[in-house]
Amino acid sequence: MESTKEKLKLAFYWAASCGGCEISLLEIGERILKVVEVADLVFCPCLVDTKYKDIEVMPDGALDVTFINGAIRSSENEHVAKLLRKKSKVLISYGSCACDGGIPSLANLFTLKDIKQHAYHETDSTDNPQRVEPRVKHTENGYELVLPELWNTVRKLNDIVRVDYYIPGCAPAAETTWNAIEQLLTGALPPLGNVIGAGKKAVCEECPYTKKDERITEFHRPHLFRADGEQCLLEQGLVCLGAATRSGCGAQCLQCGMPCRGCYGALPDVEDMGAKMISAIGSLVASNDEEEVKAVMGQIEDPAGTLYRFTLANSLLVRRKSDG
Amino acid sequence: MSETVTQAHAAKETCPGGAFEPRIIGFLCWWCSYTGADLAGTSRIKYSPNVEVIRVMCSGRVDPTFVLHALAGGADGVLIAGCHPGDCHYINGNMKTAARFPLLMKLLKQYGIEEARVQMEWVSASEGEKFAQVVDKITEDVRKLGPLNWNSVVSE
Repeated sequence: MESTKEKLKLAFYWAASCGGCEISLLEIGERILKVVEVADLVFCPCLVDTKYKDIEVMPDGALDVTFINGAIRSSENEHVAKLLRKKSKVLISYGSCACDGGIPSLANLFTLKDIKQHAYHETDSTDNPQRVEPRVKHTENGYELVLPELWNTVRKLNDIVRVDYYIPGCAPAAETTWNAIEQLLTGALPPLGNVIGAGKKAVCEECPYTKKDERITEFHRPHLFRADGEQCLLEQGLVCLGAATRSGCGAQCLQCGMPCRGCYGALPDVEDMGAKMISAIGSLVASNDEEEVKAVMGQIEDPAGTLYRFTLANSLLVRRKSDG
Repeated sequence: MSETVTQAHAAKETCPGGAFEPRIIGFLCWWCSYTGADLAGTSRIKYSPNVEVIRVMCSGRVDPTFVLHALAGGADGVLIAGCHPGDCHYINGNMKTAARFPLLMKLLKQYGIEEARVQMEWVSASEGEKFAQVVDKITEDVRKLGPLNWNSVVSE
């Protein structure tokens, strides 16, 4: 490739995501110029005016590296993910949503029916007297309009296609992104299927607070409690997911006094983040009295939303049972 | 662990007449509940054969991951049994279970899993009779609820 001086072809696609991942790419600052020197961005709906057709006509494997961010929750997401897999030499799952389902996968705590009911009929700002809901097919004056179908369950990218590397984070921190790009440019890559750019230890390794090996008697919610700025947040009664979360972010939230929310996903040997956190939190309570322990643990609100905030699609149970 | 779950799957498929027989995974602590189960056996007490026992050293060893694994892998219910509070061979291992359990149950409720499918009980080494009752109770509770069949939930 060096001899022909041909630039690498990059693609950057968003599925069910907020667009923050595209912005996070710019966070690497002037180092982006080094990327532009060796690579062209040939497909990126967020920044460049390209169509799916442009990708469809490319020969298989024409794209060198493709970054896909966002969860997969519609037939369109699935179609483009499969298309890009076919056209890419290396496919990277970029950001929490693609890696673990991210925030969109919290929709798995509801059914598609619940979601439509709420969004199209119940919110305060809704004015929908004809009770219109989006449909996959609509015919008007002999023309047929087809929309992508929204799924009942939000999936992570590797449920749909084979993924070569993972870059976690919501959004990935600048250092994580740059580490990964450097690895890609130099070819110093781990075996396929690994996480690149982030660490292998827990966020606790990067955390500025000190553990004093103390037990707690009550839990607090972050917006109702001011931490002392020195001691481990778990030991102060805040639910911090740092102990089960992969490092690499530089413990940014903790530097600002907020507990870790787990966006880098589970540690390498953790199968289910929420279950491991329940295990860890259960060992924190000071009391040895059954009723007292129960009462303290009962103070934790919304365990599914807190402990799987970014990883519900990658949890062992994946979604809510609809008739439960 | 996963082997047991696979066996649970295989056994369910071969169930005669299509009648529903609950498959329940039981995590029993070695010092109390497993010995209690042994006593139920040596005392020839009759009880439901629906709980498949996995012996652990302490109920505190039961990582909630095991419970989720069992449910996701095809079990209809899970029983966790350990020493009575104050009797733990490891001083307070069972208190770790007691702390995790309410939070785990709150989580399972959010997943839409009925409360009676996952139960925690204290069974001592001398309580063979109680062990039999606990097994009968969870079996009947789960039988009323019907199969969980989590595979079909995930593929929705």
